[in-house]
Amino acid sequence: MSTANGLNLTLKVWRQKNNKDKGKLESYQVTDISPDSSFLEMMDILNEQLIDEGQDPVAFDHDCREGICGTCSMYINGEAHGPGRGITTCQLHMREFKNGDTIYIEPWRAKAFPVLKDLVVDRSGFDRIMAAGGFISVNTSGNTQDANNIPIPKLEADKAFDAATCIGCGACVASCKNASAMLFVSAKVSQFALLPQGRPEAAERVQNMVKQMDEEGFGNCSNTGACEVECPKGISLENIARMNREYLSASFKAEEA
Amino acid sequence: MSWFKETFGSSIGRKFAMALSALFLIIFLLQHLIINLTSVFSEETFNSLSHFMGTNPVVQFALQPVLIIGVIFHFVMGFILEIRNKNAREVKYAKNEGGANSSWMSRNMIWSGLFILFFLGFHFADFWIPEIIHKYIEVHPDDPNRYYAETVHMFENPIRVGIYTLSFVFLALHLKHGFQSAFQSMGARHSKYTPMIKKIGDAYSIVVPALYIFIAVYHHFTQAI
Ligand code: HEM
Ligand code: SF4
Ligand code: FES
Repeated sequence: MSTANGLNLTLKVWRQKNNKDKGKLESYQVTDISPDSSFLEMMDILNEQLIDEGQDPVAFDHDCREGICGTCSMYINGEAHGPGRGITTCQLHMREFKNGDTIYIEPWRAKAFPVLKDLVVDRSGFDRIMAAGGFISVNTSGNTQDANNIPIPKLEADKAFDAATCIGCGACVASCKNASAMLFVSAKVSQFALLPQGRPEAAERVQNMVKQMDEEGFGNCSNTGACEVECPKGISLENIARMNREYLSASFKAEEA
Repeated sequence: MSWFKETFGSSIGRKFAMALSALFLIIFLLQHLIINLTSVFSEETFNSLSHFMGTNPVVQFALQPVLIIGVIFHFVMGFILEIRNKNAREVKYAKNEGGANSSWMSRNMIWSGLFILFFLGFHFADFWIPEIIHKYIEVHPDDPNRYYAETVHMFENPIRVGIYTLSFVFLALHLKHGFQSAFQSMGARHSKYTPMIKKIGDAYSIVVPALYIFIAVYHHFTQAI
């Protein structure tokens, strides 16, 4: 029985058994999807259906389902996290679609993000970039000192906070025509570079993180700005300019080791 | 020098070099335009400027090689970046909405660039090689007043005027994105100045190519009469 405003949709979902498999798009029909359901709930319904039919359900990453963890990577109808701005896939609702629509659902595409299965990609490249310098070497918690000892201009603090809201989802890489990770890395560089605690290691940090980024096989930045538009957290291109400055000045000023 | 190799071999260093070469070309294009423009106003000024540019040893043997190296560096690095960027995504999306989040110009720098390169090749064969032959191989007696008539004569041919026009449209598209992009690549971004840089870039990318086109069209029509 279908309800008055239930959606009947054709889904074209990328299916790939494992990292070695070539993979292909498969078509599925889902019926009577509530416009109020989230995109991932719609995927759950599809998977219930596949399980009932004795087929392998579609593998996709998800955890928090509230726009915080950044795992729900899906390239929907040609855009990272689908249509809509400032949201992850789990925050996308089916009311964005019309009855009878065909929806393409693909994994993030980047050499540095190999597909593991179906829509699940390996984003450990981001972890290795963080391990290369995305931290402060001294313990900054538990030995809190008087805040007035380290005055920080409000604007700088806000910019550092904004940069720190990056959830490492990889939508920037997925959207970029060059699969560049500049927005992610620049957010991580900026969140430290803007604060006094981050300054002592700033030069070394940016050099090491950029080096790791390049080694992972991400592309260069063509300043198209696609990343900023698709980023669920609205991370600004200002961070990329800051990273360029930090990197270039670090490279030119650093003493020969 | 390993730091130098490492810096300019990095993704950010490459784009920095790209931006520097591009800014150099932007300044060159302005200088070239100003000389060309004088051909519309004064035959005499155009001749004397052209004669100076064509015979001054500093221009011929210092600035000209720098320009050639700058151009070659820019498009070779453009190709290198394009290849690396293409390699960063081996499997394409079945459905991709590039227009939803970025401008056509920004996504197609390689195509606008390739068209400009085609024009540069044409300009080289059409103007530069005959000049070199004229000056250094056949060694004609120095005639400081030949430039105006030669230039105006060039624009008699409507095909040449058409190629000029189309090429400068592609230059406009290249610079519409490229001008401000070069500043971003160098890290030059500031809430006070960036809006102004973008406005200057928009103006440059329209006015400069439009004036080049104007000069070609102007000479084409004024001599036909
Ligand atoms: C003489 C005229 C030219 C001028 C004034 C010019 C200017 C520029 C500018 C300002 C940029 C932006 C640089 C940046 O974002 O850092 C750029 C980028 C680029 N140019 Fe040119 N260019 C010219 C010729 C060419 C030619 C002949 C090619 C050959 C294919 C080319 C290919 C490219 C490419 C591919 C980019 C994008 C690089 C990237 O963002 O990754 N350009 N150009
Ligand atoms: S910068 Fe934005 S799009 Fe990129 S990983 Fe961070 S939150 Fe995701
Ligand atoms: S599932 Fe956590 S952000 Fe979508």
